[in-house]
Parts: sequence; C-alpha cells; structure tokens
Amino acid sequence: MSWIDAILQGTLLGGQYALYAAGLSLIFGVMRLVNIAHGDLIILGAYIALVCVEMLGLHPLLSMIIVCPTMFAIGYWMQKLVLNKTLGNDILPPLLVTFGLSIILQNVLMEVFSADSQRLQSGVLDTASLQLTDELTIGWLPLICFVTAVIVIASLQFLFYRTTMGMVFRATSDKAEIVQLMGVKKDRVFALAMGIALAVVGIASVFMAMRTNFDPSVGPGRLLYAFEAVIIGGLGNIWGTLLGGIIIGVSQAIGAQINPGWQQLAGHLAFLLILIFRPNGLFPRTKD
Amino acid sequence: MSNHVLNQPILYTQKLTAFYGDFQALFGIEFHLNIGETVAIIGSNGAGKTTFLRSITGLLCNEPSSVKFSGQPIGASSPDEIVKLGIAMVPEGRQLFPSLSVEENLRMGSLSGRSGQWDLRNIYELFPVLKERRHHGSMDLSGGQQQMVAIGRALMANPSILLCDEISLGLAPIIIKDIYRALPAICSEGVTVVVVEQDIRQAMAVSDRVYCFQEGRISLEGRPDELTTEAITHAYFGLEDAVS
Amino acid sequence: MTSKIPESLPFSIVRSTFASKVAFLGFIVVFIAAVTLPWWGGRADMRLVVEFCYYLALAQLWNLLAGYGGLVSIGQQAFIGLGGYAFFMMAAFFDVPPLLAIFLSGVVTMLFAIPTAFLVFRLSGAYFAIGTWVVAEVYRLSFAQVSTLGGGSGMSLPISVVKSISASKLEREILIYFLALLLAMGVVTALYVLLRSSWGLALTAIRDSEAAAESLGVKKQMTKYAVYLFAAFGTGLCGAIIFLNKLRISPDSAFSVSDWTANIIFIVVIGGIGTLEGPIIGTLVFFILRGVLADFGAWYMIFLGIVAVVVMLKAPQGVWGLVAKRYGIQLFPVGRKLM
Repeated sequence: MSWIDAILQGTLLGGQYALYAAGLSLIFGVMRLVNIAHGDLIILGAYIALVCVEMLGLHPLLSMIIVCPTMFAIGYWMQKLVLNKTLGNDILPPLLVTFGLSIILQNVLMEVFSADSQRLQSGVLDTASLQLTDELTIGWLPLICFVTAVIVIASLQFLFYRTTMGMVFRATSDKAEIVQLMGVKKDRVFALAMGIALAVVGIASVFMAMRTNFDPSVGPGRLLYAFEAVIIGGLGNIWGTLLGGIIIGVSQAIGAQINPGWQQLAGHLAFLLILIFRPNGLFPRTKD
Repeated sequence: MSNHVLNQPILYTQKLTAFYGDFQALFGIEFHLNIGETVAIIGSNGAGKTTFLRSITGLLCNEPSSVKFSGQPIGASSPDEIVKLGIAMVPEGRQLFPSLSVEENLRMGSLSGRSGQWDLRNIYELFPVLKERRHHGSMDLSGGQQQMVAIGRALMANPSILLCDEISLGLAPIIIKDIYRALPAICSEGVTVVVVEQDIRQAMAVSDRVYCFQEGRISLEGRPDELTTEAITHAYFGLEDAVS
Repeated sequence: MTSKIPESLPFSIVRSTFASKVAFLGFIVVFIAAVTLPWWGGRADMRLVVEFCYYLALAQLWNLLAGYGGLVSIGQQAFIGLGGYAFFMMAAFFDVPPLLAIFLSGVVTMLFAIPTAFLVFRLSGAYFAIGTWVVAEVYRLSFAQVSTLGGGSGMSLPISVVKSISASKLEREILIYFLALLLAMGVVTALYVLLRSSWGLALTAIRDSEAAAESLGVKKQMTKYAVYLFAAFGTGLCGAIIFLNKLRISPDSAFSVSDWTANIIFIVVIGGIGTLEGPIIGTLVFFILRGVLADFGAWYMIFLGIVAVVVMLKAPQGVWGLVAKRYGIQLFPVGRKLM
C-alpha cells in the first residue's frame, strides 16, 4: 500500500512541478529563450507572497491576487528592458545574461531576507486531508495544487490555440521578423509572453511556499525540476509538461520510499534515463 | 495596369543606401511611386531588389529622410509603424506562419488595425480556393495557394501601397498567370502596387513603369512601351564591360 | 612566424605582432616574479597567487568549451568535485603518492566525463547548459550518500597523508604554490599550442558555422568530445589541487555552482569570451573587485553579476575585446593576419 501511496503523493507533487515548468515551456515556445533565472524567480515570488501575508494578513492562497500581477509586471519589464536585447542568433547572450540574473537575484534575496528558511502557514490547509481508503489519504493542499496545475495548463492551451493573443504568440514563434510586417511589435509580444509566464510562476511560488521550506539558495533546484519536466514532456508541448512533472514527482516519491536521501537523486536519474532512450522527450512538438 | 494614375508621388527615396555589415548593397537609390500606378522592379539575383523592399518596410533601418511616404520621413521607422501607415509587403518566399491555419494567417494581416475594403470576405472572393481550405494548416497548401495566402495577408492590412517580392518564384507558369490575374482587381481598389520580378516579360506586361536594378544601383527607368530590348538587356545584365 | 607560401603572392600570412612580442617580454618578467615569489613574498601573497592560478586555469578551460567549442557548460563543478574526491580517495584509502594522485585525479575525472558527455551531448545549446548542471547535481547528491566519504558533511584529508606530503606547513604551501603555478601555465600553454594547431582551426570553424565546417570534412562530434574530455581532465586536476589546498572536502563545497561555475563564467564574460587573453584580464578584474568589495558580503556577487550582465549586453566581446578592437592588438597570436 505504501507504494500506491508514494505514487499518489508523487503524482500530486508532479502538479507542482508542472506549475514550475509551464512558464518555462511558454517562454521557450514563443521566443526560444531558456531562462536560467526561472527557479530564482519562483523563489522571488515566494518572498513576495511572504511579504503580502505578513504585512496584509492575507491567507497565502489569497496572496496570489497580489503576487501574480506583480510577477507579471516584473516579467514584462525584465523582458522589455533586458532580455529582448539578448535575443538573436547567438545562444551565449540569453544564456549568460539569465545566468547572471539568477546569481544577482539569489544574492539580493539573501541580503534582504537573510539565508533563514521560511514557510507560509496556511492554517487548517496545512494538515487537512481527504480519506480515500483506510490507508490512503491525500492532503487538501496538494490536491488543490494539482487541480490548479491542470486548470492553468488547460488555460494556457486555450490561450495558445483559441485566442488572438495566442495566434500572435504562435506566429511570433514561427517567424518573429515577419510578425512585424503585420503591424505587431515583436518586443511587446515577447514582454507579454514573459509577463504571462511569470504570472504562472507566481501561482507556483505560492504553492511552493505553502508546502515546503524555502530560502534564497533553492531556486536552481526548482529550475532543474522545471527543465526536466519540459524536456520529458517534449519541447513545445504544454500538456507534456504536466506528464513530465508527474514523472519527476513520482520518481522522487518512489526514491524517497526506498531511502529518504534518494528523493532528489531519483528524480534526476529518471530524467537522465528518459534522455538516453527518448532524447526528444515523450511527446515532442517542435523540431528544435 | 490602372487608368487612374496621378502624377503625384506617394512614396519616394532619396540617396537611399543599405549595408549588411561592411558590405554595401544599395548605392543612392532615387525611386518614386505615383498614386495608383503599378511599378515593376526587375534585376538579376543580388541586384538589391529585396534589400530595397526591406529598406522601405523598415526591416532595414536607414536615415529618416531617405524614404518619404506622403511627405513623411519613414526611413528610420520600425516595420510595425510602417505597415500601420499603409505599406504592406508580400515577402519573398511567402513566409507564411506554418503553425497557423490559412484563416489565421489572413487574420494576422489585419492586426495593423487599418480599416478599409479588404476583409476575409473580399479575400475569399478574390481567391475562392482559400475559402474552401481556410481551416487547413498553411503548409498543407500548394505553392500557388500559399502565395495567394501571402497576398491576401498583406491585403488584409488595407495598404495604400502593396509591395510584392518575387511572387512568381518557384511557381508553374499557369499558376503564375492565376496569381497575376488578381492584380487588376487589387489595383482597381486604389492600391498602388510594386512588383519585384525576375521574369522581365511578366513585369512588362503588368506595369505602368519599370525600374531595373543592377549591383545596387538603378540602371534603367521608363515606361514598358518606351524601352527597347537592347536597353533592358544591357541594364539587366550590365554587358557594357563584356562588349567593350 | 611567417608561414610558407608561394613567393608570387602579394601578401604574407603572419601571426606574431609587435604587441605579442612586447607581451612575450612581459610574460617573462611575470614568470620570473612568480617563480621567485616564495623567496621574496609573504604567505598571504602565495595563497592569493594559488587562488589566482586555479581560477585562471578553470576560466581558460571553461572558455575553451564555451568560447571556442560552443559548449556552454553550467556543470563544471562536477569535474572540480570529481577531481577533489578522486584525490582524497586515492590519497586517503589507497596510499597513492600525493603527486601521482593529483595527476590520476585528472585522468579519473576524464573517465567520468565520457558517460557524462554521452548524456549531455544529446542536448544542444541552452539545454546542454542545464543538462550539465543536472549531471553535476547527480554527482553531488550521490557523493552525499556515500558514508565512507563522510556523506553530506564530507571528510578531511587524514593527517598522515598531509604529513607525507611535507613535514612543515610552509613547505607544503610552497609545493602547492608551484603546483598551482604549473597548472595555470600548463593550461595556458596547452591551449595556446592547441589553438594554433590545425585542430584549433577546426574548433573555431565549428563554432563559427557547424554546417560549413562539417562540409569541409571537420569531424564535429569527435572534436566536441575531445574538447569536452580535455576540459574535464584539466578541471579535475584543478579540483585535486584546490582540495589539497583546502584539506577538507564536502559535496556542497565541491559541487557548488555558485562557488565555482558562477565565478568562472563571470570571469570569462567580463574578460572577453573566445580569446586567450580574456580570462587573464577577467581573473585580474575578479580579484581586484573582490579585494575592493571584501567588506560588503553578498553585494560583491551582486555587483559582479551586474557587471557581467552589462558587459554581455553592451560589449559582448568583454574588456579584452574592447582593448583589442581599439588598438588592434593580440597578445597570444593564435589568429592569422594577412599583411
């Protein structure tokens, strides 16, 4: 039974990883940018939520009302003022600039909030759980997180394939130069995409902060989970990221079941294993 | 060919130059376009025709006053600003968006927000085959149909000037005929048209005036009926050196 | 250094320049100063030079990967850690003589780099970068699970081993000093020779255009593997010397991305990526900034990060690129000039 439990909990955890990954996937889809600072931005969102909760006394889930728009604005301006200048044929500038931003962000958070571990208390939600059978229970919080992940991914899918904005995103992804001939400012499209990606990161941040301890140094770990989920699911496949997240989550839960020290290791190993057999992920969409 | 040409330039360039890094592609181009006329630009590969169109549409940045549209300097404007002013382009190689359906490709053209007579209905009237295939992926279409989408997409911007870059390239003669059959309908709606062509005969047949480019310079300009075959061959191939 | 070409051609191909000759003299002066430092400098100076040397060597090797090979790795800490751990294991458990153990650490690291390369070479560009990072994490987490190596808290080099290297602390520091000096000079010299060879030309060709280079018969995949393994060997050697100097190793310090790879990347970016001179300038800038900002804690990394980002945006060729363009000089004549 403990194995079924591990798989169940791992699946729910996968929802959280899918939330980490959705933003990364969106940005890659629109502008072929891999944002190394993605994990640190998740941590930034968590600290913004912390400030909201402590200053305004909001419930952590409600803090999203402030966190998401704030993250949207950060993403929009970060793209407009910095990252748009790095996009081109050379892969070095976007990679090294986002790497630099990652280190800067980590150290700024360290200076402002210290290296102390933090967590958002969510009252009854911390412990409330749903009894499935005699031996299987699932926490309400992981369940809400998973459902949110499904809703977010469905919304992104809808945005991408059913709206004018999504049409422009896809067109920009195809041919950014030609999009300008349609009267569209491609820099603005990129900024909008980054804004939306970081709004999604905001949601992920709040769930992370409610479920685990965090400090300024744990961002890169989140980046790696997000990255692994994106690659496993297949580049450019939004639903694939959910599957990728679940595979990482389940691997971690099974690893932890065998030996508590193997939790993270098992997730990474599952990724490397898939990389050996399916280097393009399980359901690749785009060619590059 | 249209009959309401006014001798009043809507667009002209002055000492227009263009560079790719250290390589100079255009040398002081002096070009003008009158309202309502159809102008053809001919020239061999590498003569600077596409570079010239890229300069006008803002894909290449220039001195502000080197390109003037309705008296307004646009040489340094960005492509999105220029299409909003009313200059739309059918780019070389069609450049459709492969992840978008036919109809979505056409709708992309209307994003510049200019109002006018061109909408989906009119485009489908002009190219009925596109209506049947409007929900297909744009890459499922034949080359000629793709070219129709590219032209339709540019028209959706309701431009006052339509720039067409090598719209017959890679297409079978019968299809080229089909495509060019749409041109009079476009002109009669008051659109000023520039076609860049390698096919001299085609260019002569559709245009009121012809420019020939050679090695980044205008080597010849005139009305098709005034130009002799010798003059054109000479301007096109630059045989001066070879002959002497 | 005029290459042989038919006399009828109206130009000649030269590599050395006036600046490179002046620089050569400068290098000799620096070399003599560095070799004699233990006799005229203090121990603090020696420690600083040791650190300078391994950052320089690491930066040069990363630059070989990213700047010449187009392989941007964020996982170089994997090889530093592997080199360090290999050295500790050989010295502590197998009684391998320390100097031999250092060399073998490089070899062991290179052997580990083979399966690593097999995995990460399936990813390209930015994905390669993060892939190398994942692998480094796997090494860190794995070493933390090995209890004979002290698990997550790490281990110290046994006193007996330390004593076997040399009886007095000063002598050991002098030995480490010369090892570090030898390492830095060895790496710079090796890269200089490498980049001047036809092999270096192939590498540059791949960086500039993979397709074109391949059509000219350059074996892209082989060349990339070779570069990656060479960098792993050098980085492993560095790791061994770094942790011989520290006498203590733990997974978190050995496989730290922020201690190693972040600094290395900043050094190369600021100094100038894709040149041999860049990492030298970058390491100098790095040490000067660190000295000036020593009292400001994390602000030092923030400042360094900002400088690197600004350089990448405004002058992607780095400080050396600006100087070289302004004055048209090249200290290491690896390029060829038509005269």
